[in-house]
Amino acid sequence: MRNILRFSAFSFVGLLSVALLASAMVSPSQTPSQSQLPAAVTPQSPATPSVTSSQAPGAVAGTAATPSAAPVQQGGLNVVVLDPAHGGTDPGARGTGGIRESEIVLSFAMEVRRALEQQGFQVVQTRQGNEDPSFDDRSATANAQRGAVFVTLHISSTGLPGTVRVYVNSDLAPVAGSNGFIPWDRAQVPFLGLSRTFGDFVQGFLAQRFKGSPETAQTASVRQLRTTAAPAIAVEVSSVTVEDRADLDRMAPGVADAIARGAAAFRPSYVVPTTPGALP
Amino acid sequence: MTPRWKFLFAGGLVFILLVALIFVPILRRRMKRAAKLQQQSEEQARRELTQPIAINPGDPRVKTKLFWASDTIDPALVPITVDLPLSSDPVLRSKQVLNTLLAGPVDAELRTLPPDALLLAFYLLPDGTAIADFSEALANSIPSGIASEQLAVNSIARTLEANVPQVQRLKILIHGQEVETLAGHLDLTGTFVVNTKPVQAPVQLGPAALTPDKAPTKVAQPERKP
Repeated sequence: MRNILRFSAFSFVGLLSVALLASAMVSPSQTPSQSQLPAAVTPQSPATPSVTSSQAPGAVAGTAATPSAAPVQQGGLNVVVLDPAHGGTDPGARGTGGIRESEIVLSFAMEVRRALEQQGFQVVQTRQGNEDPSFDDRSATANAQRGAVFVTLHISSTGLPGTVRVYVNSDLAPVAGSNGFIPWDRAQVPFLGLSRTFGDFVQGFLAQRFKGSPETAQTASVRQLRTTAAPAIAVEVSSVTVEDRADLDRMAPGVADAIARGAAAFRPSYVVPTTPGALP
Repeated sequence: MTPRWKFLFAGGLVFILLVALIFVPILRRRMKRAAKLQQQSEEQARRELTQPIAINPGDPRVKTKLFWASDTIDPALVPITVDLPLSSDPVLRSKQVLNTLLAGPVDAELRTLPPDALLLAFYLLPDGTAIADFSEALANSIPSGIASEQLAVNSIARTLEANVPQVQRLKILIHGQEVETLAGHLDLTGTFVVNTKPVQAPVQLGPAALTPDKAPTKVAQPERKP
């Protein structure tokens, strides 16, 4: 009798484990499959958006969500989506001293986050650890926000060390006959003008701090920016070729401050969309 | 087993371990070197196969502008003018100028494209869209970054613009495939504007040119000026 009871208990525990495992495997991994982003419809949530609410200045970023002590403006530009590029199996640019772009940009993002929160912005990160969301997942994180700008952070493998460049997307063919819909693969088109203004503000502040950096934003066909339905810029710091990682780490506060001040200066120019991802 | 045998057995094991510790790294280094040599020889073989279309000395020599990196402004391109015998056929001419661009300047520091990258194929559609198919080395060996990737594409586009007026747009493929980015940053899903001026003469399709129905399907995408 005792053996039967023991057998039943083991069977029950075994079945429970199998059921739990199966449910974990079956649970859908949301991936955005947007071919078109409806202007009037909230886009699908990104796969793994690392969204936390804004934190008090000085608080450790990337931990559990805590209410922000900084005042957040109602309406207008409130949110900055920060995208530390690469991650996971994609290390990005690699320096001879073992410097990996994916790691540096993550630490830069923490610094930028703190500076932005001090300016009263809510910050949403596309990744907070060593993950590698797809380009579309990162864009989806931005496109799901209302009143947001997008900043993707990069470290180059060339260029004069100690300089920083801001890029906005090159001209894209205009959207024809969209009927109020923004094609996903050209989501940046309506925002190119705003991206240029935002980029010029940030680049201006960077040029003041990092000698040798250009005065205005450059244009490039950056893949990450094309599918982002918000004012979007790429910030690229030179470079992983420095011999000591500390040389790059020392640049982080200056880069963070320039981005935060650029975003604050851009606020009055920002046109409020009525819905997330809507045309400005 | 007697203690003596146990001692000898343990000693033998320690000896084998020491030998392995010394020789395994040497063996690994030699294997790596052999693999590298094999890779190089494969790349060399491919280069030899793709090179014969290069320069025909019988063609008239023309001043050719090749865009390489500037040694003073970073990152920027400067045109270097060289005399090259170029074909009047736009496809052959494009191959000739791109192969010369890939061969690189005298100063290797001013390269915009990796030295081991190859132009595998080049097509010109009747609407002026050029399709340049490069070997994987273009994507794998290029320094990763927005600036370096944009510079590479610009050098290709500007060189075609200066020397082959029939090319209006450029689509870049890697080993025959459309790829999302060049090396993680620059968007290769669309075409790049090369020449905005109207074509002076009708496009003469060379033997390698594609007819529209044979063209890769996903060419029409957002255009962007590099």
